[in-house]
Amino acid sequence: MEQTKLERVDEIIDCYGADKALSLAVLQEIQTEYNYLPRELLERVAERLGLPEGEVYRMATFYHSFSTKPRGDFCIRVCMGTACHVNGGPRVLEAFERELGIKAGESTPDGAYSLEATACLGACAQAPYVTINEEPHAKVTTDRVSDVVATCNCALPEAE
Amino acid sequence: MNTSKTQKHRADLLVSCVHDRAPDLIPALEAEVKRRGLEGEVKVVEAGCRGFCSMGPVLLIQPDGTFYVNVQPADVPEMVEETLVKGRVVERMTYQEPSSHACALYEDISFYSKQHRIVLRNCGMLNPASVEEYIAVGGYEAVGKALFDMTPEGVIEEVKKAGLRGRGGAGFAAARKWETGRKAEGDIKYVLANGDEGDPNCFMDRALMEADPHSILEGMIIGAYAMDAHQGYIYIPYEHTLSVKTMRNAIESARAYGLIGEDILGSGFDFEVEVRVGAHSFVGGESTALMHAIEGTVSEPRPKHIHTTEVGLWGKPTCLNNVKTWNLVPEIIGKGAEWFASIGTEKSTGTQVFSLAGKINNVGLAEVPMGTTIRELIFDVGGGIPNGREFKAIQIGGPSGGAVPASLLDMPMDYETLEEAGSMMGTGGVVVLDDRSCVIDVARYFLDFLKDQSCGKCSSCREGIRYMLEMLTNITEGKGKMSDLEVLERMGKSVKISSMCGLGKSVPNPVLSTLRHFRDEYVAHIEDHKCPAGVCKALIEHYINDQCNGCGLCLRKCPQDAITGEKKELHTIDAEKCIQCGVCFDVCRFDAVGVR
Repeated sequence: MEQTKLERVDEIIDCYGADKALSLAVLQEIQTEYNYLPRELLERVAERLGLPEGEVYRMATFYHSFSTKPRGDFCIRVCMGTACHVNGGPRVLEAFERELGIKAGESTPDGAYSLEATACLGACAQAPYVTINEEPHAKVTTDRVSDVVATCNCALPEAE
Repeated sequence: MNTSKTQKHRADLLVSCVHDRAPDLIPALEAEVKRRGLEGEVKVVEAGCRGFCSMGPVLLIQPDGTFYVNVQPADVPEMVEETLVKGRVVERMTYQEPSSHACALYEDISFYSKQHRIVLRNCGMLNPASVEEYIAVGGYEAVGKALFDMTPEGVIEEVKKAGLRGRGGAGFAAARKWETGRKAEGDIKYVLANGDEGDPNCFMDRALMEADPHSILEGMIIGAYAMDAHQGYIYIPYEHTLSVKTMRNAIESARAYGLIGEDILGSGFDFEVEVRVGAHSFVGGESTALMHAIEGTVSEPRPKHIHTTEVGLWGKPTCLNNVKTWNLVPEIIGKGAEWFASIGTEKSTGTQVFSLAGKINNVGLAEVPMGTTIRELIFDVGGGIPNGREFKAIQIGGPSGGAVPASLLDMPMDYETLEEAGSMMGTGGVVVLDDRSCVIDVARYFLDFLKDQSCGKCSSCREGIRYMLEMLTNITEGKGKMSDLEVLERMGKSVKISSMCGLGKSVPNPVLSTLRHFRDEYVAHIEDHKCPAGVCKALIEHYINDQCNGCGLCLRKCPQDAITGEKKELHTIDAEKCIQCGVCFDVCRFDAVGVR
């Protein structure tokens, strides 16, 4: 499995002409493909682009959209923009934490869900705003949280 | 509008907000139009953002101007039957003004009629994927005027006379930047467009790139000509997928018309432009940080002893402007500096786009002349505060800005006045707070956001944020001391003067401005252990009042089993068990749950 991943990373790098200036784009593609940035793949990027490993790791940890930990099948993002904040976003996040039994930034042990408190998603008219794998959920209130999580369970067999 | 289209079609259906919110709407409209045999008469256009977020998806029927809000695919058959076939308005789909009268026509809606749209002139009015539609409304005429009738110096002079200030936040005079760039030594120069919108609650740059990409390109071509630059980059975070796609498509279609590339329109001037996809970070919008990102390193700022207009991207003279600034350039060149300078105030000319969010009826993008008062923006354009609550403050300028209280409602909004009030224009993000919003909680929220955004190079910014955050957290938890206020003030001022970049210099603004305007709320938290707005969890208590009819909904939903009571009888909350999660407040349909 690892070999195929490394080969895929090589393909991505070749696609960008192994240009250091485009290292960010390479990381983005890897993140899109695997949902996180595995360490071995970051090492490969460093090697192929002739960058120190630390430099690639710095990039991977600087931007909040990157994750160096695996994310769950369902990535629940609770918007922490100002409009969501004043409309009760933090209470909604806590409700998700209670519902899933994990804290923001963690994944459930079975790998099904991960929960993230994310920077403003720009959907201020729909505050408090939540996305699950890019699927939008508008005006989420604390009492609707378990229903929102339940929508994932319905989708689960398809995802697998 | 759409002159070529209206000649052929009886009506244009301009649909906005479909990308995220109603992907099925366009297919539904097209299918219904086809089913009714109206294909030759009616055209469905996927237009860009019209800025009325709280009412989306919205539909404007041109040329008669009928405007429908919250349009869903299920509404389509009725709408087509009534409006397009029988010529009648579907009342239930029209906009209801908060003053409670229905508005069927676009031009009558106060959210739009009280705006002055220059930056947003084409947003929602045309198909952003069509360069022909942009050209049909006079697009790219200013490029022709600049390249053939004006010298580069003449272009800079015109922008200077217009008094154009950068719309990215700092409000620096655009012409001065261009002038330094033009005079800088070097055969390679760059122009950059900043599309990295980092402020929470700002969505105008994204909306503009998605709705009117050619206006940005046109401005960049003119700016490049003025600076003698031949390469441009548009920096967009990859999270904004639609912006990236729309801008890239715009570049290619402009190239097909000879507007980008070698020998533009036969003038002998060459200009190439490319989209560079970055990743979102708040500090990434800072000019040197953004240049680092384009170069392929982490977007961290560097000291600017030498301006980027002299030593910028890859060490070459570089002129960076926000996408909105570029968007204004063709209008200034086309209509003249006098026209632009006549709008707004003497020092802050033109208009400002505000993104209205928070406790306000009309959430969305509103563009008004500089110098418009807060009252006009919030109550006339924004439709006031929902649920009849009381206006408390606006937080303007995002995390770098500050809170402006209700006592200053009649203050004109321009760069100078806002700064005097301890806030700043910034990119124009406005979050409205009502009497149920705690200003200290909001200031704490911004610091919490900023602690992860500071790049950490300056210890004053990195550590200052953490100390101030700790102190504010203590205050919101009822553990603050009165002496904290003085320390906060001192620390805020020193972080401001001892940080390198704009982020550190403005980080303390939310704290300092709330200390200045809302000191009594700080005192209430510290001395009385009370949060007057009922927000700070450690200082509040949920209770059930006599409106309760014993429906039992809150009892079933409470995650702590803290609510007791017999059916059809008044319920009570056990304060010992309650974690103030607010679920009972959210589920109650009888306003029986209160916070004190």
